[in-house]
Amino acid sequence: MWRWLHPYAKPEATFHLVQKLLPWFLVPGIVLSVLGLVWGLAFAPPDYQQGESYRIIFVHVPAAMWSMGFYVAMAAAGLLALVWQIRTAELALLAIAPVGAVLTFISLFTGALWGQPMWGTWWVWDARLTAQLILLFLYLGVMALYVAFEDERAGAKAASILALVGVINIPIIHYSVYWWNTLHQQSTVTRAITRLEAPSIAPEMLYPLLVNIVAMMLISAVLVMLRLNNEILRREIHRPWALKYLGIAVSTPAATTGKE
Amino acid sequence: MQFESFTEFLHMGGYAVWVWWSFVGTLACFALLAFEAVMRRKTLVSEARKHAARAERILQARQARKQQKAAH
Repeated sequence: MWRWLHPYAKPEATFHLVQKLLPWFLVPGIVLSVLGLVWGLAFAPPDYQQGESYRIIFVHVPAAMWSMGFYVAMAAAGLLALVWQIRTAELALLAIAPVGAVLTFISLFTGALWGQPMWGTWWVWDARLTAQLILLFLYLGVMALYVAFEDERAGAKAASILALVGVINIPIIHYSVYWWNTLHQQSTVTRAITRLEAPSIAPEMLYPLLVNIVAMMLISAVLVMLRLNNEILRREIHRPWALKYLGIAVSTPAATTGKE
Repeated sequence: MQFESFTEFLHMGGYAVWVWWSFVGTLACFALLAFEAVMRRKTLVSEARKHAARAERILQARQARKQQKAAH
């Protein structure tokens, strides 16, 4: 069943696959981002209570959702790296972490900008906000651990373990608004999946939100893919396949190693 | 369109600061990540070029030395 995946353990195969997939993520990502932003900012109706300020939802919710989604992806890469010792998975872990950290930062930053006019405060130590802050620290921890070792592969292993342990935080973030009394409201969209309830948002707002959710996933995926291929190139830059791909001519194989 | 004019659109019903900072901040974050990735790629490629050129020079110098020795 998973045999088709095996060739991609080789960095070279993954590199070429990513190069091929890039435009299929980039073009729809840009189109949907423009559509989602224009729709959300100018065409979606204002909220009856929050007026125009609710438009922050169109970046806040997608960023928060994918901050968790990319964490799970990063942990999956960590599992692959730990169990099957796949180098490409280690590089994927390193490629995903900064993008996930930025998504988490965006969710906190836009949350503060939304909280100030609506709750009257930038920040409260409620369960949802605190758990999301811990997610940011987990991302930063994974990045720091990765580079904290002399041997890069030892660092990758430690980072993978932290990424896997940190998965426990994901359900805590999601259910925090149900388990504790929080200033943060309960989920609007994902309750359709996790609680089998209809989304508590008007369709005129839900559709542009869904567009923005897909757009942010695609754009974040593009950034991960760019970073992953950079990491693969960093490791493999002197290999013949990489030099050939970059169009760098080498007269003899001996020239690359400097040996006769 | 929910807004009567462009000025009203910019004003965001009095929430301009919060709404626009959220969107501008988000865009800036993504732009920064994209910029970093593109610059890194450029650096990697130029380093590989330099490395390959250096290997080429070493090889040629070695061959020139060999030819000199053969001539003597």
